[in-house]
Amino acid sequence: MLLINCPWCGPRDDAEFHYGGEAHILRPANPSALSDEEFAEYLFLQQNPRGLHLERWCHSDGCRRWFNMVRDTATNRILEVYPMGELPSSQSGLAAWRNNWRRNSAAERNARNRVE
Amino acid sequence: MLEKGWIGGGNTGRNTTIIRSNYLWDESAAIYEHAMKLWEGLSQELNFNLMFSQRGVLTLAHSEHELREMRRRVEAIRLNGIDSDVLTPDEIKRLVPIMDTSPNLRYPVMGGFIQRRGGTARHDAVAWGYARAADARGVDIIQNCAVTGFRIDQGTVRGVETTRGPIRASKVACVVAGHAGVVAEMAGFRLPVTSRPLQALVSEPIKPILDVVIMSNAVHMYVSQSDKGEMVLGAGTDSYNSYTQRGSMTVIEGMLAAAVELFPCLSRLSMLRSWGGIVDTCPDASPIISRTPVRNLYFNCGWGTGGFKATPGSGHVFADLVARDEPNAIAAPFSLDRFVGGYLIDEHGAAGVAH
Amino acid sequence: MRRRSNRLEKGGRVDRTRPVRFRFDGRDFEGLSGDTLASALLANDVSLVARSFKYHRPRGIVALGVEEPNALVQCGIGNGTTPNQRATRIELTDGLIAASQNRWPLLRADIGAINSLLSPLLPAGFYYKTFMWPPGWWLRYEHWIRRVAGLGRAPPGPDPDHYRQVHAHCDVLVVGAGPAGLAAAAAAGRSGARVILADEQSEPGGSLLAEDDVEIDGRPAADWLPTLIADLQAMPELTVLTRTAVNGLHDHGFLTMLQNRAAHEGTARPRCTLWKVRARHVVLATGAHERPLVFADNDRPGIMLASAVRGYITRYGVTPGRRVAVFCSNDDAYRTALVLVRHGVEVPAIIDVRANTAGPLVDAARAAGLTVHAGHAVVGTSGWHRLRSITIRQLSGDGQTCTGRRRTIRCDALAVSGGWTPAVHLFSQGGGSLAWDEAIGAFLPDATLQQVTPVGGCAGTMSVAGCLAEGHATGGAAACAAGHEEIEAPLPRVLEHSQSLPDHLWTVPHGRPGRPLATHFVDFQNDVTAADVHLAAREGYTSVEHLKRYTTTGMGTDQGKTSNVNALAIMGEVLGSDIPGVGHTTFRPPYTPAAIGAYAGRTIGALFDPVRITAMDPWHRAHGAAFEHVGQWMRAWYYPRPGESMRQAVDREVTAAREAVGLLDASTLGKIDIQGADAAEFLNRVYTNSWLRLQPGRARYGLMLGEDGMVMDDGVTTRLAENHFHMTTTTGGAGTVLDWLEEWLQTEWPDLDVRLTSVTEHWAVAALCGPRSRELLARLCTDIDLSAEAFPFMSMREGTVAGIPARIFRISFSGEISFEINVRRRHGLALWEALVAAGEPLGLCPYGTEAMHVLRAEKGFIIVGQETDGTVTPFDLGMDWIVSKTKTDFIGKRGLDRRDLLAPDRKQLVGLLSEDPRDVIPEGAQVVETVRSRPPMTMIGHVTSSYHSPTCGRPIALALVKGGRSMLGNTVSIPLANRVVGAVVSEPRFFDPEGERMHG
Repeated sequence: MLLINCPWCGPRDDAEFHYGGEAHILRPANPSALSDEEFAEYLFLQQNPRGLHLERWCHSDGCRRWFNMVRDTATNRILEVYPMGELPSSQSGLAAWRNNWRRNSAAERNARNRVE
Repeated sequence: MLEKGWIGGGNTGRNTTIIRSNYLWDESAAIYEHAMKLWEGLSQELNFNLMFSQRGVLTLAHSEHELREMRRRVEAIRLNGIDSDVLTPDEIKRLVPIMDTSPNLRYPVMGGFIQRRGGTARHDAVAWGYARAADARGVDIIQNCAVTGFRIDQGTVRGVETTRGPIRASKVACVVAGHAGVVAEMAGFRLPVTSRPLQALVSEPIKPILDVVIMSNAVHMYVSQSDKGEMVLGAGTDSYNSYTQRGSMTVIEGMLAAAVELFPCLSRLSMLRSWGGIVDTCPDASPIISRTPVRNLYFNCGWGTGGFKATPGSGHVFADLVARDEPNAIAAPFSLDRFVGGYLIDEHGAAGVAH
Repeated sequence: MRRRSNRLEKGGRVDRTRPVRFRFDGRDFEGLSGDTLASALLANDVSLVARSFKYHRPRGIVALGVEEPNALVQCGIGNGTTPNQRATRIELTDGLIAASQNRWPLLRADIGAINSLLSPLLPAGFYYKTFMWPPGWWLRYEHWIRRVAGLGRAPPGPDPDHYRQVHAHCDVLVVGAGPAGLAAAAAAGRSGARVILADEQSEPGGSLLAEDDVEIDGRPAADWLPTLIADLQAMPELTVLTRTAVNGLHDHGFLTMLQNRAAHEGTARPRCTLWKVRARHVVLATGAHERPLVFADNDRPGIMLASAVRGYITRYGVTPGRRVAVFCSNDDAYRTALVLVRHGVEVPAIIDVRANTAGPLVDAARAAGLTVHAGHAVVGTSGWHRLRSITIRQLSGDGQTCTGRRRTIRCDALAVSGGWTPAVHLFSQGGGSLAWDEAIGAFLPDATLQQVTPVGGCAGTMSVAGCLAEGHATGGAAACAAGHEEIEAPLPRVLEHSQSLPDHLWTVPHGRPGRPLATHFVDFQNDVTAADVHLAAREGYTSVEHLKRYTTTGMGTDQGKTSNVNALAIMGEVLGSDIPGVGHTTFRPPYTPAAIGAYAGRTIGALFDPVRITAMDPWHRAHGAAFEHVGQWMRAWYYPRPGESMRQAVDREVTAAREAVGLLDASTLGKIDIQGADAAEFLNRVYTNSWLRLQPGRARYGLMLGEDGMVMDDGVTTRLAENHFHMTTTTGGAGTVLDWLEEWLQTEWPDLDVRLTSVTEHWAVAALCGPRSRELLARLCTDIDLSAEAFPFMSMREGTVAGIPARIFRISFSGEISFEINVRRRHGLALWEALVAAGEPLGLCPYGTEAMHVLRAEKGFIIVGQETDGTVTPFDLGMDWIVSKTKTDFIGKRGLDRRDLLAPDRKQLVGLLSEDPRDVIPEGAQVVETVRSRPPMTMIGHVTSSYHSPTCGRPIALALVKGGRSMLGNTVSIPLANRVVGAVVSEPRFFDPEGERMHG
């Protein structure tokens, strides 16, 4: 039973939340330009580390807002909670974001094209 | 054979031991039925009593929608040559007198189907029996020896690094349920699996009250009674990734409420022990038996909540794949390619609740 | 026959003025208020209370509390009966009925005891080696094995009691109200922290309740206790919960605790309350369990833990015997000997495995005239239903063998102590690691990530003074950590016996060397002996988990509280390894067996899951509707008239809708109000078709896909105004769709100005359909021009119907002219009744979901979840027309382009017309091209929907068939269990294929 600190409502039982999987997956801006292999990476691959995991949660039985969280999947320790659209503020969380293979994936490069 | 802890210590020794082959899709039916046929002579083959007990697995339907889905599954199972019988609520009541089959239930029992060849086996015995047989055939079983990395040369596996030193090998086969993603990462590729806690529990032992295995998707639980007399209960996985082998109390509460709802007499029994395992689940709730991006490295994983029942079949076709470097007809649909092409084997219906 | 009483003249915390009557195994007894069932049975000289699980050996009470392995009884009768209750934890109440278990026909004459004679044939793991032949016979063997297994019996029917759950939060949760826990609670509570002190016993005090040789602040401990407890109870933020077992320590300071209630508070109260507590800091003052010594025939009734013997005397004024010997490896058991002497019970001998015994307690025993056999051990016992004598011999220097002559000592009870095992269960459950402590001979808490501090016995501190000091310091610190200021208070002064170091003799040698240790019981409940542990080691089951699983040691209902360490240590001896090398098993919740009903709580029966009903539900019920479950909703299924079959009713309803006017309660459809400047753009991204140019007042059908290209949901969405849409979803998909849309908005497109609100419950919807629906509506709605020109198909108008403000949508799920009238939920019933009244002269007929299905199937309209199953694309459904080819992107567009989704032999939606026009093919039936005489057969598809169509006058079916679009006109077969149905593949539209009627 995790105790999750919703950025809007404060600490609540995990039962109030909906888990949304890996955080910071950018949707390809022009998915037609991706090969089936590249698109499959976007569609099906989720970070599944034993260790720090950057993940999304939604306080579905509360404010219904989505947010990001850094949690250690080996211990369930929660390092930090931070808003959508931002990066973790902890050094280890940021490193986990940076070291994710996805940063160099075709799908994410495709997505960044829109941003840039 | 390298084992990080002790043999049978992962999901083999943590699951609720249900065995069945009544799956919807042809691909699933093929592998689970292959396993079922092997189960049927396995105690004798291994000369180890696995207590494989074909007491029947009864799946319940609680709504018109579930009845329709059930009929579809039953027809498909039947035409695949696998046994299954549809039961009416009255027949279910006769078979399982402790079940509340009254129409006033919040989700009344509207019918069900039973695979009479399904049942349970003693999970530890399966690990031990296989280990003894493998040992007799010259397999070195090394426990307390964790793989820490792979030796890979130009895209081909050459061996493994372990906590007790390197081992060279021309082929490496990984069957590391619960940690498939972690081990794949060591070899430099990724698998479409997520690892989540799955909990189960047993009650204190009581005199026999339930002979068949009961599964219900709508109210989310499954239950059987062990030979020792314990009621063995399980439900679905937790929603989030974790390697802690500890799950949410919410899941336990939901499972027990469902159990009491269907079996009111369970209310006064006591939960004796609950535990968690880690299951690797694929997006389509079907397993992976496959070559990998690294040549001569093979994975058998992603069984989610359903790996135990497939044990003999999955091991058999996996061995074949490793030996020939080519999947046979049963294994082929479960290759990693399916996630690229999109031909998934969506067994969420059959695996909607863990089993 | 008058029975001997073991009640002592004085002492105990029982109320001697209040006798309590109870029944055990059909015989009536009397105990005292304050007794447990165990103490009352002992007082009545009942030594035999149970049979063991496997060998059916006679067993007596071993322990004082929750660790009891033997004395499990069936408590209560009828539906209120409860199996496997520990007699040591059952508080005696008047009229209590209990019975022994696992014996037949009688406890004293149990046929199963024959297993005891067969025990050489039934060692650990014998099941795995036997019962294998002939193949297929296991079920027969198992049938009998199952009948002899199990302990008590489940109640025959529903639980007459109810259960409660409470959520609580605190700064400090103290587990255990012994000296350490009390001191911790006092220190934390004094500072103003919110404290919960939970203890499984009926009163706080823990071990202090049973010690008459400890003084605190100049008073006997039991007299000092009330002062402290009164102090605690005066603290406003402190809650003392007795009869409350803390069963689970989960992540992030979450604990589950089970409080027993009804037995003491009356049957109107819940039987148990499950407390779910979130604590900032947890103090584990869980104490320690004494463990027995492992020697030959150590399981006879009358052989008890030394602390239990002491406890029965001091807490209940009951002695377990008249001549009680003591067998120990530590000083603590001497206290038991001294208590026995003080109460006038004869102690024929103290047998101490330590050769060099010294220290104040040993001196005191000698001074009391007791015989101490130092360096000796009990090597055998006699007596069947109760202990008669013990045999002792001297131990060799290393304790491995016996020397000297055998001496037999007559006694009717034996107090045994092999040391103490800290109750580290919760610490371990919560993810904490353990470390072996050689001095104590047990695992102690080591490291944890949680805010959890073990104190006292749990941390290996056995003296009362040490417990008080640790508790005091930890409680204060925990309160400080929670932001409170510590308030100084003096530590109580304690006067107690000091103790010298214990020794550990894990296996007492057999009196006859070389004999198997076949009655050296390690785990009493599961009949695991030292010989079994040796066997496991010989067969290679050496890892601690293998040992546990192969021998079943520690897997009984006591979860090995008294046996685990002994089993590990014996395995260590066999392997020549130290105990940390053997390791330990993981502790699992619950700490003590916990009522399943408490976890179910109130979420059973009607509260298992909310039932959702529409505003028109009372009308449906009053008019005899049959209902079906759709998700959480109860929907009217059909409205049978007296004597009508379902088929007849549905045919009548369908015909009325086609020929006159039908009325459907469509309120359950999911409804989402969408507003914002980017609402149209948003819809354009989540639906497959184009939405930017939809005019206000106009509606459009939309299909939603997952990112994988598979159909997820469908519905009609209407543009109410430039920046305002009204979306409908399927009934079952409403919640999922809202979550799905919200997720995209918040996580992927936060730049879009869109707001979503679920309005499913806000609107009641009555759908009129049929050729006379316009005529009917015109009688109730005069402020809207209902003509086809002014109010065309797929548009929306606002006005009033029967005086009720309404939104009217001209959309159709039946293929007829249709008006879906949306009004505020509170007006739903009034609208419905007005429509029914006005419609009667026009032949109006209300119809349910079954007729709705027939009507839509005749038109070939899909139902998501019936024609689709998560593996079906719009192209598979023949709905290419709804997938925009001009939009550059929408959710699922790229997914649809994957190679396997473009394959020509995918399953495609077609119609099936059975060759025999009376034959309605069962839904779910499988389609084959070639029928074989028996399975297996190659399936090419399945029937998704199938009905008798009164409109077409024949059965119709929809099916997903491989390459079905190219098979139009072909005949396929549908092999059922008892016949084969032939069917012709057709277009999946059976009526008005051009869709002219609904536009009219």
